[in-house]
Amino acid sequence: MGGSLLKPVILIGVVYAILKFVVPNIPGSAPLPASLIFLYLMLTTSGIVIFATLSGESKDAFWNPIQRFLTGENIGGLQVLRYGVLLLFPLMVGWQTYSSTATSDAPPSENRTIHPAPPGEYTGLSNPVPKTPDTIQQGKGFYAAFCSPCHGGNFDGKGPAARGFNPPPANFSDPTTIAMLQESYLFWRIKKGGVGLPIEGMPWKSAMPRWEVELPDEWIWKIIMGEYDGAHQAPRTWE
Amino acid sequence: MQQQGGWFQRLLQAGRGHGGMFSALLWAVGLLSLPALAFGADVAPAAATEYRDIPYIGSRNLVWVVAQLHLLLAGFVLGVPIFAWLCEVVAWKTGEKRYDKLAKEFTKLLTSAYATTALFGGILLFLLISFYPKLMNYLTDIFFPSFIVYCLLFLVETATLYLYWYGWDAMQDGHKKTFHIFLGFMLNFFAFFIMIVPNSWATFQASPVVLAEGSDIARAWAATWNPTWWPVNIHRLIANVVLGGYICGAYAGIRYLSARNAEERDHYDWMGYVGNFIGVFGLLPLPFAGYWLMREIYQYNQQMGITLMGGFLSWLFILQAMLIGVLFLGSNYYFWLGITYRIPGSELKYRKSMLSMLIILLLCLGVWMTPHSLVASLEEARKMGGTHHPLLGVFGVMSAKMTVSNLMILVTFMSFIMYWRAGKEETAGWAKAAKALMSALLVLAGIAVVVLGVWGYFVPAIIRINYFSTSQVMIVLFVMLTITPLTALLLKSAKTTTEMVWGKMPPRAGYALVLNAIMVILLMTLMGYARSSSRVHWHVYGVLRDSSQYAFSPALGYAAGIMALNTFLFCMIVAFIFWVATMSDKAKASHS
Repeated sequence: MGGSLLKPVILIGVVYAILKFVVPNIPGSAPLPASLIFLYLMLTTSGIVIFATLSGESKDAFWNPIQRFLTGENIGGLQVLRYGVLLLFPLMVGWQTYSSTATSDAPPSENRTIHPAPPGEYTGLSNPVPKTPDTIQQGKGFYAAFCSPCHGGNFDGKGPAARGFNPPPANFSDPTTIAMLQESYLFWRIKKGGVGLPIEGMPWKSAMPRWEVELPDEWIWKIIMGEYDGAHQAPRTWE
Repeated sequence: MQQQGGWFQRLLQAGRGHGGMFSALLWAVGLLSLPALAFGADVAPAAATEYRDIPYIGSRNLVWVVAQLHLLLAGFVLGVPIFAWLCEVVAWKTGEKRYDKLAKEFTKLLTSAYATTALFGGILLFLLISFYPKLMNYLTDIFFPSFIVYCLLFLVETATLYLYWYGWDAMQDGHKKTFHIFLGFMLNFFAFFIMIVPNSWATFQASPVVLAEGSDIARAWAATWNPTWWPVNIHRLIANVVLGGYICGAYAGIRYLSARNAEERDHYDWMGYVGNFIGVFGLLPLPFAGYWLMREIYQYNQQMGITLMGGFLSWLFILQAMLIGVLFLGSNYYFWLGITYRIPGSELKYRKSMLSMLIILLLCLGVWMTPHSLVASLEEARKMGGTHHPLLGVFGVMSAKMTVSNLMILVTFMSFIMYWRAGKEETAGWAKAAKALMSALLVLAGIAVVVLGVWGYFVPAIIRINYFSTSQVMIVLFVMLTITPLTALLLKSAKTTTEMVWGKMPPRAGYALVLNAIMVILLMTLMGYARSSSRVHWHVYGVLRDSSQYAFSPALGYAAGIMALNTFLFCMIVAFIFWVATMSDKAKASHS
């Protein structure tokens, strides 16, 4: 096989190894799901094909060994490997087809929408509680009493009870969570809890209590202010 | 749904079996009982029909397919005149006749394409009136003044198109050519209004402004000038240019692949280059217009914004990233193939640059395609602590997406500049300084875009949206508006070291052009579904509720099937239009 073909194979192998073994071991990281690894490998393969076919020479250097190998033309000792590939490939396609259609007891893929759209009645709401140091402090106090067991005293989703939940409680200090949302959205989520989620949010997968049965609205608005302040985030606004 | 008239049909069917005797009897009874109607006048009238349906296909699917085809055809007939007129102006200014020939070749398509578009528009209107009478009554009540304006616009557009096309050969010299150019401008001017008037109807459904009082014109005007009207107008205008350019490219690609002689290969290779250039020219500002549209939607209604960007429709934007990514890769690939094959000897010089640009494009695309919530098995989600990856989850939000889309635009722009400069040697004394300035600008712009993107995570959303994202756009526009004239000035005095060779591109270049066109059409069908579905169970958002049996959003897989069908049907229609329009030319060529 030509060197032009060896390099892409090594490159794909290296990318796979990085995604599978290096990225998960970076502090604060986690293993990547297969869907994402597949996506990145597809991109790598596309890049290889694009670059290899930019000129006639590079295309021939890339494609001719593949063609020679597949047709068995002057490949000498690789003939056995060729038969192996030609046999193995349809078997792999068959296995893939079987495993994707056969009945399985594996649970379906997780495709829960984390931030589903709020009901219309919540979209126009704004926080009626004046934002003062006192009200923020009160909000933090309510937060400490009702929310911090799960969402954590540091607003990072790592409260003492957090480890008991899957999915885990939201990390408010992450700039991709409450910083992306308006206050009215949080009001809806706190008030209605997990059971108030629409189907795409999978209400059966959230242990968030329905706080409207225990807390008055004013307290909820104060908690929201305390949350943003404590997590060093700001709500989405249009002014 | 209201079911009416079933008893009458059954009665008629029963009558058919008795040689018409029964029908005659029925008529007689009907006539004799007419006076009885007077007694029944105070009986409450039957409720008006709100919806009708057809079996098997379903009214919504039929309207979906016809509306999408009408929209794609409309994009084509509005995009092609822009494309043709630009080519005609270039021919007029530079004296290069081949541009005039190209413009004429495409204008020829317009007459048949225009009729087909109007035909689909007519079918759509009849279907809407038949299937959605309640909605159409409501819209007519609000928009009837603009319906009349629309009809008038059609009249003047049609007259201008006839003059523009049939007067092409007669208006070739002197002032007549100037007048013909003016006609082309007017054609596009009227076409623009033909586009924005129906846009107001569609955008009203998404972001309605309803006046309870006032004259008909005041109500229609308020409804027209709704929050998403102008963002959609601008977005569609640019998208039409992109569609026109890439379809021209695809046509050229197919003709190039089937060319029988060197002359044809030269011509269609060049046409492919022009089509790709115009497509890319439109593609570069398109993400900015899209961003503005989404911002307006989000600001108009949080629920609609989240449905699109964070809710169940957010997966469409991952698909969109894939399609746009392929489009960017395809366009750059075509530029790079052009450098390699049309400018012999340039490949070695630019190969490393191409590799760098390819790597940047792929990395950017990787970020753009990374969803915020990942598809993961239960086990994988457990390991990640949810469907957000703790490290790569940051790629899933707008700050990252805006950054990489700006970088991809910069890279594509540089591909074009590289293509432009290939085979030429700058002779100006200030060339070195200019090139250093351009390189510095580009590097600084890239750094600034990335810094703003990262910084965007640490500021309130409104600061990011209003200042950082717009600054990123401004930086990229500044680079384009600085480097383009500087390069033009530099190349004015440049020496051509290698002449451009046409007709030498490999077949894969033709396939790349076809792929680009299909990507654009798929993108338009995808975004058509997104725009329409964002209204969820409302005909007019928050005002007129959809109470039909189809008041639910179809599953994404099902929707993807209809999108693919629409893309296929549109390609077939366009192929038919091209075939019909070029039939006589082929006959003439075979006779001569």
